Amino acid sequence: MSDIASRVKAIIVDKLGVDENEVVNEASFTNDLGADSLDTVELIMEFEKEFDIQIPDDQAENIATVGQAVSYIENAK
Amino acid sequence: MELKRVVVTGLGALTPIGNNIEEYWEALVAGKSGCAPITYFDAEKFKTKFACELKNFNALDFFDRKEARKLDRFAQYAIVASDEAIKDSGIDLDVVDKNRVGVIWGAGIGGLETFQDEVINFSEGDGTPRFNPFFIPKMIADIAPGNISIRHGFMGANYTTVSACASAANAMFDALNNIRLGYSDVIISGGSEAAVTKAGMGGFNAMHALSTRNESPETASRPFDATRDGFVLGEGAGALVLEEYEHAKARGAKIYAEFIGGGLSSDAYHMTAPHPEGTGVVAVMQNCLQNAGLKPEDIDAINTHGTSTPLGDVAELKAIGKVFGDHAKNININSTKSMTGHLLGAAGAVEAISAILSMQHGIVPPTINHEHFDENIDSELNLTLNKAQKRDVNVVMSNTFGFGGHNACVVFKKLDE
Repeated sequence: MSDIASRVKAIIVDKLGVDENEVVNEASFTNDLGADSLDTVELIMEFEKEFDIQIPDDQAENIATVGQAVSYIENAK
Repeated sequence: MELKRVVVTGLGALTPIGNNIEEYWEALVAGKSGCAPITYFDAEKFKTKFACELKNFNALDFFDRKEARKLDRFAQYAIVASDEAIKDSGIDLDVVDKNRVGVIWGAGIGGLETFQDEVINFSEGDGTPRFNPFFIPKMIADIAPGNISIRHGFMGANYTTVSACASAANAMFDALNNIRLGYSDVIISGGSEAAVTKAGMGGFNAMHALSTRNESPETASRPFDATRDGFVLGEGAGALVLEEYEHAKARGAKIYAEFIGGGLSSDAYHMTAPHPEGTGVVAVMQNCLQNAGLKPEDIDAINTHGTSTPLGDVAELKAIGKVFGDHAKNININSTKSMTGHLLGAAGAVEAISAILSMQHGIVPPTINHEHFDENIDSELNLTLNKAQKRDVNVVMSNTFGFGGHNACVVFKKLDE
């Protein structure tokens, strides 16, 4: 697992209180990991803080799974 | 239309002297102080370095980590105390008509720590607003009853009353009237507060409202003592299940007391200082007696607001003298804030609970830490000083007053079948 992927997963485990094993690339924040709309906003903010990037709202809407978050951040860095 | 009768069928408490009803009552009777140096943050630079914090409360004993993180402490306390009260009431949540169960809660401030931390975080940044999406829903004072209803599915009336330190009594009186008028069968009422934070301590210190007896925190809350120098900040929650009498009887509920009335008034005098003659306080007790259909002679005990402030304590006792006349000296007057500190918006709830339990047990908890008589206080009054007193209490009153001049009073009676 890349460094970015492991940091993303750690944030998701922390914020959503889910088991690490559940945080697979295909997992959807809302459908699989129990996030509501506010959780999703908080996750995006945490990614911005952790990786020192800006994720515009229209881009954030397209980040719905763990894998999408990892690849967005990898491209943004 | 005939008003319905309302009874108390469940109690819950999370206080600086006990984390449930049983512990709370034992500590009250024993005269235990809940005051100690502040542990939540470094208070070295604060004028007051002590408070009545909860002891051994761990949110993770009650919530999973994700849930706990989304709740300010004042909402966590509300849920924990109301869970205890609901369980104590024996209400079958699978049977009760949840459309007729409400939650009317009191909070003087709400999520002060959440507000403080988010604003600190913002001010330390570059001005870009990066507020947590849970900031507002964690902070707002009405989120406590909102969360209680979500937890249990109660779909009746749901809101928070805000009247500073009178908040919980306002909530209870609203709940009483709501059930009296037939709108609800059951209302979970009470109050919670979690203001032992840097902003809370600093703010109250700036008003010179708090005791600064740093050399002896456990004796700092000393209502009616001549050397009292301000209140001690407390925190926690009290919860009461209030239920329509026939509804309670039909399910064979244990009944602690009948909730027979309440009163409200305003000082209309000053933002924070009490009226020196206690005119608003006289009015609130008279309103309460009238609302409950009582004569002054019917009152056996009064749980005072009694915060241990120089002006407030004297004004309240003067007002009791005016309302009750010669009977005042027959009343067991006490201040449980001497032990719990001042729970602000939760005070009315934890003090009403003490008042109700004093009827049940025939014991009035003491006003601790009294050493010096204050010549401004009528020496004939029985202030239940330092030791609990046995007393057959049939009718008990509980006073609370809030900054802004809000006064609220509630009265409970042993149930006449």
